[in-house]
Amino acid sequence: MDKELNIALPKGRLGEQAYALLRDAGLECPALNDPGRRLIFTNREKGVNYFWVKPSDVAIYVERGAADLGIAGKDILNEYAPNVYELQDLGIGRCRMAVAAPEGFRDDRRVPLKVATKFVRCARRHYAAKGRDIDIIHLNGSVEIAPILGLSDVIVDIVETGTTLRENRLAVIEEVFPISARLIANKASYQFKEERIVRLTAALAARKGENA
Amino acid sequence: MTAAAGSLIGEDALVFALRELYARTGYRQYQMSKFEEYDLYARNRDFLPSEQIITFTDTTGKLMALKPDVTISIIKNIRDVPDTLQRLYYDERVYRVSASGGSFQELRQLGLECIGALDDYALSEVLMLAAASLRQLGVPAVLEVSQLDIVGALLAAAGLDYDGRAAAERAVGGKNLHELSALLEEHGTDREAADTLLALLGAPGTPEAVFRLLETSPERLIDKSAAAQLRALIAGLPEELSGMIRIDFSLTGNRRYYNGVIFQGYIQGVPSRVLSGGQYDRMMERMGRRSLACGFAVYVDLLERLFRDGEEYDFDVALLYGEGDAVGDIHAAAEDLRRSGRSVYVARTLPGALRFREITEIGGAKRNG
Repeated sequence: MDKELNIALPKGRLGEQAYALLRDAGLECPALNDPGRRLIFTNREKGVNYFWVKPSDVAIYVERGAADLGIAGKDILNEYAPNVYELQDLGIGRCRMAVAAPEGFRDDRRVPLKVATKFVRCARRHYAAKGRDIDIIHLNGSVEIAPILGLSDVIVDIVETGTTLRENRLAVIEEVFPISARLIANKASYQFKEERIVRLTAALAARKGENA
Repeated sequence: MTAAAGSLIGEDALVFALRELYARTGYRQYQMSKFEEYDLYARNRDFLPSEQIITFTDTTGKLMALKPDVTISIIKNIRDVPDTLQRLYYDERVYRVSASGGSFQELRQLGLECIGALDDYALSEVLMLAAASLRQLGVPAVLEVSQLDIVGALLAAAGLDYDGRAAAERAVGGKNLHELSALLEEHGTDREAADTLLALLGAPGTPEAVFRLLETSPERLIDKSAAAQLRALIAGLPEELSGMIRIDFSLTGNRRYYNGVIFQGYIQGVPSRVLSGGQYDRMMERMGRRSLACGFAVYVDLLERLFRDGEEYDFDVALLYGEGDAVGDIHAAAEDLRRSGRSVYVARTLPGALRFREITEIGGAKRNG
């Protein structure tokens, strides 16, 4: 698979959207239309292999060289800071990392702010830049209920439409950073497959320009 | 590879060949203690690949560390003689937390340092040895080279504020041109500097293409002496090595320690850099030295994939004996096989976990391995 491109796609809707972009950029793989339970798909003619992996694992597959390229959200890249190249903003999967709090929340700066989140490093960096003391509570899911149950004062989480927040009587009080899907590359693979990777990046940029 | 190296296998053969290469070029081996005072590393933590260090208290009550790095020890321990050149190579074990952040690992690191009156010839010799080290690995290789002063001058000219500059440096290191472009647009004050920086980062890495771009870039923005130095260093390489050079300005280093030329080596089949190095005059200055310095390290542990290839069998021959075979006959049969240069594993029954090229019973009956 030396000259083939190995691409890790995040399972789910974002991965499907990303594949559509890659297909339109010339890397189609018809086998992906009939996935079944398989996780690896090859198109020898186009010299490409696709893998479906858990979205939070894409960066690891790429950093460790199991995939040359991958599609990862900016949330994952900011949280894990993998040692990869971030070549292109694909403009899909747009949402934002935000701080949300119960309606009527007032920050009492005399005590550390209790912050519940799945994104510990992002939250820590955000508040460190503001010089605000925090007490981080690492949760793996259902972060929205933490303030309702008194576990935390605020949450730092991904907000797409805001519906889940509203349903739990929370509101965004601050945006941390915008999120979208990015094309990432393994640094060693880039050295040996530069021409193909550069061509693909340019094709994706051109399509993004057309759709802008 | 020499006959002596040829008789070794895998990692040892490679290390032997590289040590011979460095010795032939005038480098002498530098050996050091496994331990250093912890304070030495505590003062230079961000020079280290990992901040965690294994420490212990020695018999005199001093807090000591198992070496996480070789270069700092060498700087500390050799005499500072800025008007001559000291060429040293080392083959040492260092102790670091693994890249995945798990546990401590003992890693073998081979490298060299050129310290003192460092001129362009000495720099070019270090670069040549880095390229030759990669070539020795016998697989397609790329040596990425950058000149920090060129990118530094462009970032300074772009007029970013402190926060913008830090974010821009991160974007440069990640080849993240879309975010860099947005940052320069939002915070930069010099559009021409921004365009030049983006063009250089996006250029294909062949030296010809990069030098052409540097020549046609606005003169006020390019650090001419840095560009001339880079050109001279690459032009000085022998033809069989210059083909593996790529110029990549996204290659960054901590500018509190590094300056001038830096480089990283990649080989096909290994997913991260296997060699890295550069000029570290600023580190010398921080440690109160007047000498200039340049060097590189080869991360031998990352080459394990190369050595694994071809090792289809654990031993050449499994020699099986039975209950009735005399001890002397078993020894004689094994020695007979070893005389032909093969490795021989003697056993009464075959161990399940090992693989053999050939299985032989005393008396000569053969089976397939």
